[in-house]
Amino acid sequence: MTLNDVQTRSHCKVARVTAGGMLGQRLSDLGFCPGVTVLFVRRAPLRDPVHVQIGSYHVALRGHEAGQIEIDSVRPACG
Amino acid sequence: MKNVLTALAGQPNCGKSTIFNMLTGARQYVANYPGVTVEKKSGVFNHDGTRVDLVDLPGTYSMASWSPEEQAARQFILDEEPDLIVSVLDASTLEKSLYLCLQVLEMGRPVLAAMNMLDVAAKRHIDVDANALSDALGVPVVPVQASKGIGRDDLRAAIVGQKGVVIDKAPVDYGKLEAAIARVATLLPTEGVGGYPARWLAIKLLEEDEAAARILPQLPNTDAVTRLVAAERKAYMEASGEDAVRGIANARFARAREIAAGCSSREAFVTSMTEKLDGVLCHRLLGPLILVAVLFTFYQASVTLGNYLAAQIWPIWGKLEYWASLILPAQGFLQDPLLTSLGVWVVKSITAVLNYLPIFVIMFSLVAILEDSGYMARIAFILDRIFHRFGLHGQSTLPLILGGVYVGGCAIPGVIATRAIPDDRARMATILIVPMMNCLAKVPLYLLLVGAFFSAQAGSAMFFMGTVTLLMGLIMAKFLSLTLLRGKQAAPFIIELPIYHMPSLHGVLRQTFDRIWMFVKKIGSVVIAVSVIVFVLISFPNLSDERLAWYQNQQQKLEEQFMAAVDKSGLKGKLNKGDIVPLLLYQESLREAKRGLDQEAANAVNQKALAENPLYAAVALRQGKDGKALAGVLRKIDGQRKNLRRQMHQERFEDSLLGRAGKALESVTAGAGFTWRINVALLSALAAKENSAATLGAIYGLEGQSIAEGMASVSGFTPLHALALMLFMSLYPPCVPAAIMVKTQAGSTKWMLFSIVFQMCIGLLVATLVFTGGTWLGLTGYQAMWAYYALCLCILVALAFVPDRAEVTQTTVLRTTTSS
Repeated sequence: MTLNDVQTRSHCKVARVTAGGMLGQRLSDLGFCPGVTVLFVRRAPLRDPVHVQIGSYHVALRGHEAGQIEIDSVRPACG
Repeated sequence: MKNVLTALAGQPNCGKSTIFNMLTGARQYVANYPGVTVEKKSGVFNHDGTRVDLVDLPGTYSMASWSPEEQAARQFILDEEPDLIVSVLDASTLEKSLYLCLQVLEMGRPVLAAMNMLDVAAKRHIDVDANALSDALGVPVVPVQASKGIGRDDLRAAIVGQKGVVIDKAPVDYGKLEAAIARVATLLPTEGVGGYPARWLAIKLLEEDEAAARILPQLPNTDAVTRLVAAERKAYMEASGEDAVRGIANARFARAREIAAGCSSREAFVTSMTEKLDGVLCHRLLGPLILVAVLFTFYQASVTLGNYLAAQIWPIWGKLEYWASLILPAQGFLQDPLLTSLGVWVVKSITAVLNYLPIFVIMFSLVAILEDSGYMARIAFILDRIFHRFGLHGQSTLPLILGGVYVGGCAIPGVIATRAIPDDRARMATILIVPMMNCLAKVPLYLLLVGAFFSAQAGSAMFFMGTVTLLMGLIMAKFLSLTLLRGKQAAPFIIELPIYHMPSLHGVLRQTFDRIWMFVKKIGSVVIAVSVIVFVLISFPNLSDERLAWYQNQQQKLEEQFMAAVDKSGLKGKLNKGDIVPLLLYQESLREAKRGLDQEAANAVNQKALAENPLYAAVALRQGKDGKALAGVLRKIDGQRKNLRRQMHQERFEDSLLGRAGKALESVTAGAGFTWRINVALLSALAAKENSAATLGAIYGLEGQSIAEGMASVSGFTPLHALALMLFMSLYPPCVPAAIMVKTQAGSTKWMLFSIVFQMCIGLLVATLVFTGGTWLGLTGYQAMWAYYALCLCILVALAFVPDRAEVTQTTVLRTTTSS
């Protein structure tokens, strides 16, 4: 399961980043690391890109990019 | 005096520029880093008798070498060996900031941390303990609040005191990779290579960093190092199942999180104003509606208010032209001295550009507001899906709007605004299509032709012109990114959505001023040079002797008329034919002197004139019987003189080098329905597009006919011709200042020339297609218009489904690596 398959407002625990190269670097730079829980906030009005919150900051990435972040647990966020 | 070279390193949105401005004030210089189009800002400040040269490194998330910004930042630290690096931390996103800070520490230079955004953090219920952070990092941490100027002296003192520390223990523990790092490092010289400390180079080599790999050949044991690095990477891959690059980055971020957790406290997922606002501004239904409203307001403000301001300020530029004419040698009756006509031409070319300054000021400040507030990133978020389909980027929205997506923008700010687009390929595509939007200068020709040939359907014809350009632009963008731009690096779309905050007046003014100044500096000399060239092209060769004699004859007739009137009056013998032009100029200077004065002051000017120069003033002010009579005659003569001058000018223009080019091009443009007269008008627009409408008016508007009648009777012009002409104008090559901006932003002259030639060819192609196709199908202009519109829509929809090759290959490659 990847970050692109998630429902709006759910907590997801990152398993690993499958992308390499520049994309892999950018994902690591913004804190997509194994074991980190991120909040999938919403999809853009046209379904792509997606909006993710990591702790106190927010990141937008295309579904194509989000699809390269594997996650291993998902639970809906309350509120 | 001591001199300290200091570099400011930090991530985008951490307030680095604000700190830079706070420290240096107005003393700033902008240049480019060598070899890349990244802007290098540097400044100077003095504190306690020490001079500090401060360099604002480009904002980067990391010290890798994937983007030009990262390369520039890193290369600066390696090559210039700054005495001190100030690592800027954003207290509201501490772990992310620390991730970069740790990499800066690894570079083995003296480092000092400045912690900014404590106020923002407090609002988001994030508490940070600066002392604990300083202990954890091993370097001093200076708290500042740059937006309010708080902590300026502390930071200045820390820099001047060179409080930076080279920490002795490794900032990050790479766990399982430590042994590998140590083994690679032993093969490297202990003192490091090319500014790289041994440990850091070893880490970079294991990360397969390109810039690090480039310096390897400097070593005597290059092969041994390369082999060992490959073996260690392979061993790590086998042992842990992940690439060493990921492992290293993950270890860094884990350490950054660990430090942040130890020195600060916050909710797991912070919720404050920004999150609530995003709930509305990025909402599925409300988001797009608000976006449209914001963009519409933006457009209205820049165009409507801008035009209003431009009209208010125009008299100043008019004065400039008038003053120039005073300095230059006086004009003649029909022919002016070369210096005068050239001087007036150059000044007019400059004021034509300056005229747009008020619009730029408004556009630039609105852009700064959108950027500073954080909304810009949301625009990209909402619109990326659409733009991405055509090879563009969410952040292409603003450049296109500035360029005039509907009607009335300007390509110059549009092209400048493309610098925010992180994806090189999308940025180039945007740069190349912004000049195809409807800039203000194209509008007069549209209005003229729509008024003349589509007056019954004026509204829908203007809608057509306003929207067809975006359709064509998107088609071109997709076309370019599938062909010429295919090799360009397409960056992934990962952007930070920054915290919303109120833009500060100071910050907005500063950015606006910087951009205006850059524009004025870049454009100034070029406009002058190009206007001189165009002047030569339209003034030479001069008229034949025969024609000159004819004009001379006309002049004599007018002079005789004047003398006959003088002789009949009481001023006989006091005025001769040489007084005509000085009299006219005198009249004009009096009018100029009285502009804007009240009745009383104007009377004083009149009285003074009558006392100083009774003869001229009597005529100019219509004093007495003689004055009145002569003033009447003078006015008539002036009217005819102006006509003759215009006619002469036109004739010279048609026979000039540029005019001849227009005739020579007739065979090429015949398919588009352009006669040589149209060609001449279009060529005259090379200097400035506003000229095209004026030239057409001059060519066809003679002898009391309307321009439309003239065009119809002289050249057999139909609405279909007009449509082809308007479409050509919409794709017309960028004006000189815009072309210069294309060069600056694209980073090469080649792209500027390409943009000019490409648009010219596409324009001709489209005009030919519409005219020849329309004629062949027997369509009226109005029918051809919508047939073309439908065609564009079909192509656009079809192109939207053409997959992007670069992306397809990228994905497949990644899939194969994952599965293996």
